Amino acid sequence: MRVSQAEVYFTVSLGIIYGAFVISWRDPPFVNYPTSFNVTRLAFVNIHIRKQLQRKWSAVGNNLACLLILLSILTTGVACRLAGTGSQTTDNQTFQAEELIENKGSDTLVNLALAWAESYMESHPQVRISVTGGGSGTGIAAMINGTVDIANASRAMKSEEIEEAQANGFSPVEFEVAQDAIAVVVHPSNPVNQLTLQQISDIYTGKFTNWKEVGGEDRPIVLLSRETNSGTHVYFLENVIRLGKADSDLLFSPDTLLLPSSEGISAEVRLNPNAIGYDGLGYVTPDQKMIAVALDENSPYVLPSVETVNDNSYPISRPLFMYTTGEPSGQIKAYLDWILGDGQALVPELGFVPLK
Amino acid sequence: MVDIKSNDQLYRKWVEFSIESLIRVLGFSSIGFVILIFLFLMREGLTALINVSWGNLLGTRWYPIMEYYGVLPLLLGSILVTLVAILIALPLSVGTAVFIREVAPGWTREILKPMIEVMAGIPSVVLGFFGMTLLAPLLHRYLGLATGLTAFTGALILAYMALPTIISVAEDALDAVPKSYRDASLAMGATQWQTIWRVVIPAARSGILTGIMLGLGRAIGETMLVMMVTGNAARMPVTIDSLFRPIRTMTATIAAEMGEVAQGSSHYHVLFALGIILFLMTFLINLTAATTIFRKRRKGGLR
Repeated sequence: MRVSQAEVYFTVSLGIIYGAFVISWRDPPFVNYPTSFNVTRLAFVNIHIRKQLQRKWSAVGNNLACLLILLSILTTGVACRLAGTGSQTTDNQTFQAEELIENKGSDTLVNLALAWAESYMESHPQVRISVTGGGSGTGIAAMINGTVDIANASRAMKSEEIEEAQANGFSPVEFEVAQDAIAVVVHPSNPVNQLTLQQISDIYTGKFTNWKEVGGEDRPIVLLSRETNSGTHVYFLENVIRLGKADSDLLFSPDTLLLPSSEGISAEVRLNPNAIGYDGLGYVTPDQKMIAVALDENSPYVLPSVETVNDNSYPISRPLFMYTTGEPSGQIKAYLDWILGDGQALVPELGFVPLK
Repeated sequence: MVDIKSNDQLYRKWVEFSIESLIRVLGFSSIGFVILIFLFLMREGLTALINVSWGNLLGTRWYPIMEYYGVLPLLLGSILVTLVAILIALPLSVGTAVFIREVAPGWTREILKPMIEVMAGIPSVVLGFFGMTLLAPLLHRYLGLATGLTAFTGALILAYMALPTIISVAEDALDAVPKSYRDASLAMGATQWQTIWRVVIPAARSGILTGIMLGLGRAIGETMLVMMVTGNAARMPVTIDSLFRPIRTMTATIAAEMGEVAQGSSHYHVLFALGIILFLMTFLINLTAATTIFRKRRKGGLR
């Protein structure tokens, strides 16, 4: 949350005005005169006492209000100072004490990268790894500018990006760290076993609304998808619905159910014979039926598995990369070696396909 | 002698004053927080009205990652689910309140009242899970729907959530009807049913209305349950069968998308604009509820 200085002043002054208002608030005087006896005398005495009391009280109240306001200003100022200087010193200290690896890029990879970083930092306390998302392009640009050590990317570097890096005096080195494959799933009782990418696209854009149009039973099709914030959703949109064409503006049908979790998709697919869903291969449970997918009508239909993903015969899969500025050395090399070795054990837990 | 007495008085005044101002600050701060929250919502949400065109905002397509920010399907989705939920909850809750208050013997009442309070305590996630794994497949099978995750499923569970609120407020309202009304009605020869339907319920009408408004406020703001059960498809609920099709509500949209959205992007601001719409809706509902209470009180009649 970025807050500008003007806003801080605004809020603080608002708080002070508010505080002063609350403190100086006086309830309207409560007057309840007995009417049965000697009204005038009693009323006179009452008002006299009341006036005296009010004078004293308001003086006390005003002093207290001033004190409170002063205190609040002082504490705010001091707190701001402390916060500012405090964070600076801690940053400097950790920077000197530990080796910091900056890791930035693809939002698809960010959870896996975080899991790797956490696990690695547990066994190597002298290394600190910071992982941020932002997208493959952002990560690669940051690596070219030298602000991060490792860039995560869910696509290969473009040739102009490599040229840009070479203009900066180094050639980036590519590491394939995992595979991302998306399985299309249906209810086990659904007789449909195989679909082409074009058919899947037509189903998800709402062109086909009945299973008999793709060789199934006479049932309506219920479309399931992950929420729009998931990397899988975007990948599916670009590479299946739009068939990888950059100029296509096809979208998910508005009837698509957006489910917040993999569990939501698997529950609905398990229970509903009308449903079709997709998810990362690692998230597919045995009680869902995976569909064999073909690039087009003339290509073979391929079921997703670790083997077919690694030999690139399954069409809805992509390699995930990490890029470094030149040949890595020291801690960065150790970290990448660990990812390609022991780190691969974490890959299936996050729904990706490990390297062979 | 006089000095000591005045010192003592001064001390007491100080204690009195500090306690009083502490209570006052605490009391006022809840109002202050509401104002601050509202200011924050405005600050974050009004930007959307400037950055995103009105044509886009009032469109019928919600697909934020491609910059489609049509709010209408979400707004109509929220309204549809909430209204149907209240329509379901209304007869059930008024019936329950009447039964507890007017018909049930003492021991039944003693059992039923705490049971209804327990009902209010069930977390909405649990209800959502129940709806997703049990109710949705049942509706899917027996109503012949394409999927069980529909607006109707959401409305059913929301109705269940709103029940305890409406029941307890309505029951209080019935309780406030003087015994003399019932006695008079019965003495004129009315049956118990006629007394309840023609005398007691009309006398408690504004209290029951308040309960409905509070239930409505609760239902429209419910998030987790709706997100799990209604399918979250941002389609326009304008066809006749919309009730039995998936819909997407404003609350579920905010909850699902706020976590990953880039701060300061127009998507982020549009989500806050949705928050403003929700805030205004619940505010209006609560205001209506409050004015019915006050109007009746001022007339000096029953609640």
